[in-house]
Amino acid sequence: MAKKQYAFYPGCSSQKGASASNYITSFGVMCEKLDIQLNEIPDWNCCGASIGYGEGGELPRMVLNARNLAIAEKDLPGQDIVSGCPACWLGLREAVDRLHEHDRLKTETNEALKEVNLTYKGGSKARHMTEVLIEDIGYAGIKAPVVKPLDGLKVAGYVGCQANRPYGIAGESFENPLYLDKMIEAVGAEAVPYEQKAACCGGALAFSEPEKAQAQIRQIVEAAYDNAADLIVTPCPLCQANVEIYQAEINKKHGTKLNMPVLYYSQLITVAYGGSVKEAGLNGQVIRAAKLDKIAGG
Amino acid sequence: MSDLNTQAVARYKNNFLREVEERVEEGNMVKMCMQCGVCAGSCPFGPHWQHSPQKIFMMIRAGKREEVLSSDSMWMCTSCYNCIVRCPRKLPITHIMHGLANYAHRLNLAAKGQPTRDVARLFWNNLMKTGRINELTFSLGLYFKDGFIQGIKNSLAMQAAGLGLLKAKRLNPMEIFGGHKCKEKSGIHRMIAKAREIEDRRRGLA
Repeated sequence: MAKKQYAFYPGCSSQKGASASNYITSFGVMCEKLDIQLNEIPDWNCCGASIGYGEGGELPRMVLNARNLAIAEKDLPGQDIVSGCPACWLGLREAVDRLHEHDRLKTETNEALKEVNLTYKGGSKARHMTEVLIEDIGYAGIKAPVVKPLDGLKVAGYVGCQANRPYGIAGESFENPLYLDKMIEAVGAEAVPYEQKAACCGGALAFSEPEKAQAQIRQIVEAAYDNAADLIVTPCPLCQANVEIYQAEINKKHGTKLNMPVLYYSQLITVAYGGSVKEAGLNGQVIRAAKLDKIAGG
Repeated sequence: MSDLNTQAVARYKNNFLREVEERVEEGNMVKMCMQCGVCAGSCPFGPHWQHSPQKIFMMIRAGKREEVLSSDSMWMCTSCYNCIVRCPRKLPITHIMHGLANYAHRLNLAAKGQPTRDVARLFWNNLMKTGRINELTFSLGLYFKDGFIQGIKNSLAMQAAGLGLLKAKRLNPMEIFGGHKCKEKSGIHRMIAKAREIEDRRRGLA
């Protein structure tokens, strides 16, 4: 079978040695088994993320994303642009939409792009990796390569915000998205009920308003405990980092004993496909997922 | 008060709604708000801001310029997009809040030392250096933004998290020497300078 080709936009947190490097590691086995080929967009730049608005106005942010889109159109023609990071995906998708709808914005964007000898034509699609899995591969397709069903593993599917709003996955509800639960079940694990699945972890405000963000994170983790989850799984690097890293802070301040592993859907899939601890990036967890480590043979 | 602010006051006199419509991202949608309050009840940081989005929109129409632009409300936005998907009138509330934050920052009416304002500026300046975010220098910049002593205190307070990430190889100390970068970084600088110039001209901020 010919491999499915995509223009890949990793984003800053997925670079080597960065906070979501375990995420990108786990794409290897998963994509190989599913015949997906990710072609990195050459010399891509940051999308501006969800905090770029403060200093960067609308046009600078559009232009940042348009540069990535224009390089992909030129060097990887005809391929959908895929990112694993919801903020990157949102930045790209917002640019695709606004540049399509507003002629003036598109003209201005192309005027700025002249500085790097690029033109944004439009027409390419920006997608999140979960969309590729759900829409191009399908739940049955995700299940097909499973060699180690994750029997008995209880997982809280934490979708978070930007993998769900304002665009989300086609056909899903904003209040109770089910796609992540379906992906968890496709690899043989149990998706536990989870009231906090679409709650906000504080996002970039974990840096600026730590107390307020950590109150959110505490609820997200405690709800996973309430539903007897072994671990939390998310499609978002910022959710993953915030919810995992700040548990120690919350424990220190409030005397709690939070120690809930937070992983990516792709790490679960990799283990179910027979991937090792290293291939699934499980050694990149700050809070190790003992049960999953064991299944993976670590 | 900045010159840009004085010019804006002179230009728009008491018509703050028109100023927002012309100068703030998605500001032309403010007048569509019907004051139902769903946004106020949907915000994860609801207990923490001075004014709900609903109040901000009415204050804009009532010409409460200083109060709006110096409010902390738009700096409490976590970009969760709850308000957008729930708004019955489909106002792009998140984008309007971002736009107001940006405008208040540009006019220098946003509070000095507002933590999200500071983080936003640090983030943008960090990404502009090489075209990509350097998580190490961004974090260090954040800890040390209020001076050296406070920086040491902040670093020690966050030591556990930092060491955890180092151990998991998700924070690379070598990034201090520059780290990942775009080859075309000077082109990106020119491109963004151009974009800002075009937008400032259009918004009357040039």
